[in-house]
Amino acid sequence: MREINVSQITDVVERLCIEANTHLPSDVKCAIKDCRACEDWDIAKGVLDNIITNFEIADSENVPICQDTGMACVFLEIGQDVHLVGGNLAEAVDEGVRRGYTNGYLRKSVVGDPVRRGNTGDNTPAMLYTEIVPGEEIKVTVGPKGFGSENMSQIRMFKPSAGLQGIKDFILEVVETAGPNPCPPMVIGVGIGGTFDKSALLAKKALMRPIDSENPDPFYADLEKEMLEKVNELGIGPQGFGGKTTAIGLNIETLPTHIAGMPCAVNINCHVTRHKSEVI
Amino acid sequence: MERRITLPLTEELAKTLKAGDSVLVTGTIYTSRDAGHKRMCEALARGEELPIDPKDATIYYVGPTPAKPGQVIGSAGPTTSGRMDAYAPTMMSVGARGMIGKGARLPEVVDAMKKYSGVYFGAIGGAGALLAKCIKKAELIAYEDLGAEALRKLYVEDMPLVVIIDSEGNNLYESGRAAYLAQK
Repeated sequence: MREINVSQITDVVERLCIEANTHLPSDVKCAIKDCRACEDWDIAKGVLDNIITNFEIADSENVPICQDTGMACVFLEIGQDVHLVGGNLAEAVDEGVRRGYTNGYLRKSVVGDPVRRGNTGDNTPAMLYTEIVPGEEIKVTVGPKGFGSENMSQIRMFKPSAGLQGIKDFILEVVETAGPNPCPPMVIGVGIGGTFDKSALLAKKALMRPIDSENPDPFYADLEKEMLEKVNELGIGPQGFGGKTTAIGLNIETLPTHIAGMPCAVNINCHVTRHKSEVI
Repeated sequence: MERRITLPLTEELAKTLKAGDSVLVTGTIYTSRDAGHKRMCEALARGEELPIDPKDATIYYVGPTPAKPGQVIGSAGPTTSGRMDAYAPTMMSVGARGMIGKGARLPEVVDAMKKYSGVYFGAIGGAGALLAKCIKKAELIAYEDLGAEALRKLYVEDMPLVVIIDSEGNNLYESGRAAYLAQK
């Protein structure tokens, strides 16, 4: 049994909120640069050049890459041999978000009630996801999620008879419907299986996985490649102005599901796909 | 080829801009997004004056991050314009001619643009750090309680924009993609 004070989690969350919002992960930077090298449409090249200049400015000046510094999605993988002390875990995470978004000059984009609105003023609460795993460490991942792209995400409960073709058509339909709205080039997270809610969580987790990685199951690794190619044949292009680079990455995560169903969620992210992790 | 233009966006200037044109814009613009538009349109419905002079004005759909010490403004890229579609025709009816944002617009907005010679410019979504460099002055003018959504008056220099929909209703989202796919 290892004791960890929740104040340590506050400190890590604060730091990760700021770092994730100012420094784009290297896998995303590389994917954007690779796509720029392969792009063959003039206006698209210009947009991608500006996107590269933008993340370079953010890096060197320590400023947010995008003004939508997102809702703070916080994933905690908590070792089952950890004993948390010193206070309430959820409050400790929120305190980290509060400090990160205040001290890091990040935008406060959260309303306290979905219908009656009203900004909470400190970007809390975090969207907190906890998972109990073996061991005595805690892995903290912060993935600030912007809503221009979140708003273009969709979920559908397929009949099993829809099969693989149903999934493929749905992914393309979601991207087509999203069009220029989610600031393409996009990153696409796909969750297949589980229940209604779990498929959406899988799609979100797919966005946290580096885009230069692949699904360990060769069947889904091939599907990731095939669907990324198909998405990039749509011609939407960077910002929707036309071009080859509609998406820079597509990750798929799956779970077993019920004999009667085949849930599929597609979570859309923009080229500012942010995630940063640290292990306590 | 980028063309330099200077605001205000008069009807004469608006009519020279065509979908697909890359422009570098200099002049005064105003910021407003969801909550600010709602308040302005409610004010107009009550017959009140707006906190901005809408004549030939250009509105940037943006909610910037807070400025760090020494900065004019924080990161300031465009937000999704479609959420302002409910308000844009009203704003154009009182003289606001230019809109800067990203993403698709409804046919009602395009109809109003044709009627009032409006222009819809695209800024690069997600390029907030780059776009902030073009903003030389920022002044809070109304609705301070809205935080990032407050109304601000900005002075921009050589802001890189693309005409997405012009005053005749031509749309780069349609023509750009079609042209790309046609040559593939």
